Amino acid sequence: MNVEKNTEKNRLNFWERIYLPEIARGLGLTFKQMLKPKMTRQYPEEKWEPTGSYRGRPVLVLEEDGERCVACSLCSRVCPALAIEVQAGETTKEKERYPVKFEINMLRCIYCGFCEEVCPEEAIIMSKDYELIFTNQEDAILGKDKLLIPIAQLQDRLEFLRQYR
Amino acid sequence: MPQITIDGQRIETSAGKTIIEAAQENGITIPHFCWHPALSVSGNCRMCLVNTGFPRKAPDGTFERDADGNNVIGWGPKLSIACATPVADGMVIDTQGDKTEHAQNAVMEFLLINHPLDCPICDEAGQCKLQEYEFLHSKGKSRFDEKKNHKDKRVPLGPNVMFDAERCISCSRCIRFADEVATQPVLTFVDRGDHVTIETFPGTQFDSPYSMNVIDICPVGALTSIDFRFTSRVWEMSFTDSICPGCSRGCNIKVGVRNNEILRLEPRTNMHVNTYWMCDDARLNQYKFVNENRLSGAMIRSGNTLVPATWEIAAEKAAKLLHSYKPSEIMILGSARATNEDNFLLSRLSHKILKTTHIDFLHHTDNDFADKLLRTSDRTANAHGAMEIGIKQHHGVSMDNLVEKIKNHSIKAVYVIDEHVADNPELANALSLVECLIVHASNPTSLTIMAHVLFATSTYAETEGTFTNMNKRVQYLMPAVATLDNERIAGLEMSRWDKFGARNDRWSQGVRRDCKPGWEIIQLIANHLGAGWHFSDAESVFKELSIDVKGFHGMSYELLQEYQGITLGTTDHSDVKAVVYESHIFKPN
Repeated sequence: MNVEKNTEKNRLNFWERIYLPEIARGLGLTFKQMLKPKMTRQYPEEKWEPTGSYRGRPVLVLEEDGERCVACSLCSRVCPALAIEVQAGETTKEKERYPVKFEINMLRCIYCGFCEEVCPEEAIIMSKDYELIFTNQEDAILGKDKLLIPIAQLQDRLEFLRQYR
Repeated sequence: MPQITIDGQRIETSAGKTIIEAAQENGITIPHFCWHPALSVSGNCRMCLVNTGFPRKAPDGTFERDADGNNVIGWGPKLSIACATPVADGMVIDTQGDKTEHAQNAVMEFLLINHPLDCPICDEAGQCKLQEYEFLHSKGKSRFDEKKNHKDKRVPLGPNVMFDAERCISCSRCIRFADEVATQPVLTFVDRGDHVTIETFPGTQFDSPYSMNVIDICPVGALTSIDFRFTSRVWEMSFTDSICPGCSRGCNIKVGVRNNEILRLEPRTNMHVNTYWMCDDARLNQYKFVNENRLSGAMIRSGNTLVPATWEIAAEKAAKLLHSYKPSEIMILGSARATNEDNFLLSRLSHKILKTTHIDFLHHTDNDFADKLLRTSDRTANAHGAMEIGIKQHHGVSMDNLVEKIKNHSIKAVYVIDEHVADNPELANALSLVECLIVHASNPTSLTIMAHVLFATSTYAETEGTFTNMNKRVQYLMPAVATLDNERIAGLEMSRWDKFGARNDRWSQGVRRDCKPGWEIIQLIANHLGAGWHFSDAESVFKELSIDVKGFHGMSYELLQEYQGITLGTTDHSDVKAVVYESHIFKPN
């Protein structure tokens, strides 16, 4: 490129070079926005409620008679990030096995939803929970106590899966 | 010698063989559920249906030819089951054509009609013949809309075997195994049609010492191990080839490991040793001592207690102690539990460095344990190897007069590797009197409490080495469990979990124990006595052993693996390699 020719004098005309009309034009846009409806959300005071299609942190479905999970470890096998660890145990219930330990390492989880897709019992599903704050690595490993969510709170996602899966 | 053609491949076989046997010997697998090479033919699963025929002959006695000059085949009107049809000269067999495929698909559809398809909770999933064939030989469609038949899901057939009637495909492998191999004919089919199930006769239970083999031969997950049930999925474990240390038979086994812990043992086919089986006792007991209650690192006695020390300091201390006694005052106890490599370096240490001829090993005989199938009365894995290497009574002190010699103070120092004295109170008593007791052990026993210098050794599952069984067959064993010492060994089988685990993953934090194989500790001590040995791994020790000891001439780890073990002194005319039958084709590792 010819540097001699690409000067400010060559690129801008007189009005552009003195800036004043351009400043007025910019301020005009600003004032116009002030009158439009506000899009900003006052997070965290004002929270966003995602729809059923949202893939937040994976959770386990808790029914009245206990968890749905049978500890088949398919979620653990399919997980591309190896975030899930399951240890099965035997019960006298009809389903024979249950997870003695079910841990998801949220630092590994990439929210891909493969675990939900592979689950034969619809026991692990993606929730709407997107607020995940940890202060150390140990806290980020969620056990059964944090993963089990009553089925009533998960209706949106289950409905979504029923319709679109 | 009949000549047959399977899928265009000409095969020479012997008369009287069935099609499936002839195919198996030549590396062709015909899909099957109920056939097993060690059991009688029952022919009830119908999975091995193949199309058979013969070249058609013209009235003048010549073979008919088609336009391309190939023989015209007169196919049979119906398919035949390969497991029960004997071969005949000139027979042509088609295992992949449309007709065969259609039949296989139909059989799979029938078998799956009442199968619960509860693979997610089934222990067999991942090594299941039904899954394998569903994937390979079925179109995956079922036209069955009615309700599936429900049966009992938890019936214990014996103390170790749990039966799930729904999953059973009624192949009768377990019934035939109980009759023919375990010789405890207590299993039988009851009821008819789709209600057929397996039961033990009233008042009996399937508690044969080989009962758990039915778990392996069950093509589906109908028979599961009560000991293992639900512990782990198949694909989460790594399976390493190893040798059972339980008795002198030296059964070939696979060691299933997850998170550096042995979860189960299962037999590995070796037609020269254990064929397809192993005993329940080994399956239930030979892994627990690897997982639990282990010694760690080296220890030196200080007053009444053993205090931890570094390997170097402990070896130096042991060397100093041994050096302070006259050769005639030292007794070396090798071990029929230790590998050939350990015993070889120990015998070298005693003959070349310590210059003592007092070397022997303890026999552990239990006549109650022996039976006609596999179990032997010698409860150690390597007695013949120890003897071949020269760990045996020469002259002077041996096991026969050791107690007496210790009591009259002519033996003052004893070096014991991998032994326990629980079954020999007299010897235990005597050993508590010696001035210097150096011990190698993997688990704490009454012997380790008395030791002056104690070294933690690796168990059979953590060492690379060789065992010599009762028929003098030298067999190679691979480390299955990682220790601090062998963590970087090449070829250690690893599951996906072992490979990708990081420091902050809880599932990969299995204990890496601080123990070394016996030969490494012996080398440490020998080098403190000025031996100057430089063996870097078990293989280099074995190389030296194969040069030094006549019976081992010409052997190497590669050859031992290739031939599934070689009998002492027969390296130049070892057994013929055969195609090994494995029931599961998709099993991990």
